[in-house]
Amino acid sequence: MPSVLESLNTGLLNAFADSKDIYLLGEDVLDPYGGAFKVTQGLSTAYQERVLTTPVSEAGITGVAAGMALRGLRPVVEIMFGDFITLIADQVINHIAKFRWMYNDQVRVPLVIRTPMGGRRGYGPTHSQTLEKLFLGIPGLVVLAPTHLGDPGRLLYDAILNCDDPVLFVENKLLYLLPAQGAGTSGEFDTKSWTGSPAAQPDLATFAPVYTINLLDAPAPTLTICAYGYMAEMARQAVLTLAYEHEIFCELIVPTMLAPFEAQPLVESVQRTGNLLVVEEGTLSFGWGAEIIAVCSEAPELRLSSARRLAARETPVPASSALEASTLPDQYSIVNSCLEIVHNG
Amino acid sequence: MEADTSRLYRIMYLIRRFEETVLDNFPKGVFSGTTHTYLGQEANAAGVLDHIREADIVVSNHRCHGHFLAYGGQPHPLFAELMGKASGVCGGRGGSQHLHWRNFFSNGVLGGTVPLATGMAVAEKHKGSRSVVIAFLGDGTLGEGVVYESLNIASLWQAPILYVVENNHIAQTTPSEMALAGNIAARFNAFDIPVVELDTSNVLEVWSAAGAQVEAVRSASTPHALLLHTCRFGPHSKGDDTRPAEETAEMRRSRDPLTLHTARLDQFTRHSLEQDVDLEIARAFKQALADPFPALTP
Repeated sequence: MPSVLESLNTGLLNAFADSKDIYLLGEDVLDPYGGAFKVTQGLSTAYQERVLTTPVSEAGITGVAAGMALRGLRPVVEIMFGDFITLIADQVINHIAKFRWMYNDQVRVPLVIRTPMGGRRGYGPTHSQTLEKLFLGIPGLVVLAPTHLGDPGRLLYDAILNCDDPVLFVENKLLYLLPAQGAGTSGEFDTKSWTGSPAAQPDLATFAPVYTINLLDAPAPTLTICAYGYMAEMARQAVLTLAYEHEIFCELIVPTMLAPFEAQPLVESVQRTGNLLVVEEGTLSFGWGAEIIAVCSEAPELRLSSARRLAARETPVPASSALEASTLPDQYSIVNSCLEIVHNG
Repeated sequence: MEADTSRLYRIMYLIRRFEETVLDNFPKGVFSGTTHTYLGQEANAAGVLDHIREADIVVSNHRCHGHFLAYGGQPHPLFAELMGKASGVCGGRGGSQHLHWRNFFSNGVLGGTVPLATGMAVAEKHKGSRSVVIAFLGDGTLGEGVVYESLNIASLWQAPILYVVENNHIAQTTPSEMALAGNIAARFNAFDIPVVELDTSNVLEVWSAAGAQVEAVRSASTPHALLLHTCRFGPHSKGDDTRPAEETAEMRRSRDPLTLHTARLDQFTRHSLEQDVDLEIARAFKQALADPFPALTP
């Protein structure tokens, strides 16, 4: 089983092999270094002309890549740390995401912005954040979050080659070393994959799966957990603990497309369980989880008995590992939140 | 190559009449939103864009009507876009500052279009086309940091782009002395981007300098800059000119590109051109007024 890092690297290499229109722009992406997190390792050796190492100019290179996309190329930008996406906000919000609609559907901007996100590595307040919530709900922008389920490299490949709209591709750093699980049965889990166009944007290619995960041979679940990225693995661990230590059975829903969000598999799950816990590594207020619960609340076919959010504390992410561990949600806090739902409603 | 003096006059007069029609009719409520007119700067768009080829790319900013018309855009879809009509350049979605037609792009956020234009030039270079990009920016935009990121990248990667800075000495209401330190040409020199500087409203001078710079960009496939010191006759948008009236009146007396060019045309030719343009503008305006508004598709 390849690691998520190897899978993403393969996805990039395959995209470069399959189209000469693919370019990659980023800081420190050339071999032998191959990028700060090594996702681009080997790329510049194989495709020297199309891997462009850049100055430390996140806004500039994102704008340059958008210009390249408007002229028929399919560039990929690497932003070294997800924390730095604040620097590209104007490019993404006021330019890239707007062009297609603002120019009356006369142009497309096939551009992928990849970035490693998240904490638990002790990098401190400006290199550990989970900031994608700032980029959710921007018309015209697709936000994808691979996980170790399924084939993350294939998701990246499809985002690069099979999506004509701009994509923010958020890679949680702790996923990199996990083995990519594939779909189907693995270990004690049964993983079903669902793909469909989001109702909000029916022309969007259907390549970003939603995974529905259950313990093999378990009784009917009474609680739905929704999580993405690395939190999906934390939630899987919690599902095991809840089953074996508390006899509480949960169904885990893992979307890989955060925006636009297609709620169908989640709504169907909550129809079965009636209870929902939404988990994210970003801060709690005004976040992804709040939106997910709102979507479920508005689904006419749903009767939601109980819904809760679990997220990071509302402070910057501390550098100290002891402080960081109690700031970010993990499998233990997921278990506790589920117990509260079951016992207190 | 000789400049076509009648064509240059026609374009400048078209821009002038278009912008005057916009300002005259804004108070009547036929246009929505805002506008930024190009009055006084007509020689720049006319003189620069007379040199582009069909496959070249033009990236403009909030003050884009003059560039659009000199690029070859028609007054009717531009009036219609300003009115928010379905027949507008972008179906009424963009409005005055957000135009796209053929290889012409404009956007209303200052600075952000500069890396975009640079990236287009990078793409054309990698594709091996001979197309060049013309990017218009003003003195106000020089306050945006991403401009310098772009100049750095353009120079490192030798992008075939001509940056045209139109310094009208005022950013909205702020005189450039209060917003712009150092000098503009030195900004380009710092990145080894050759710059030619002119302080003129004479379209033939702009035409000659621009022709040489566009040719240099195309033949060497490298970035160049053209710095045009110019005069904005009208307000930033509408009714927001804080300059003393005598200051703009003096500009109109001494720096009007149309007046400066008039003597080069015989009177008959000029009258005939003006009549044609007056009629074209009147028809375009009337047609746009009669056009339907768009509706959102569900």
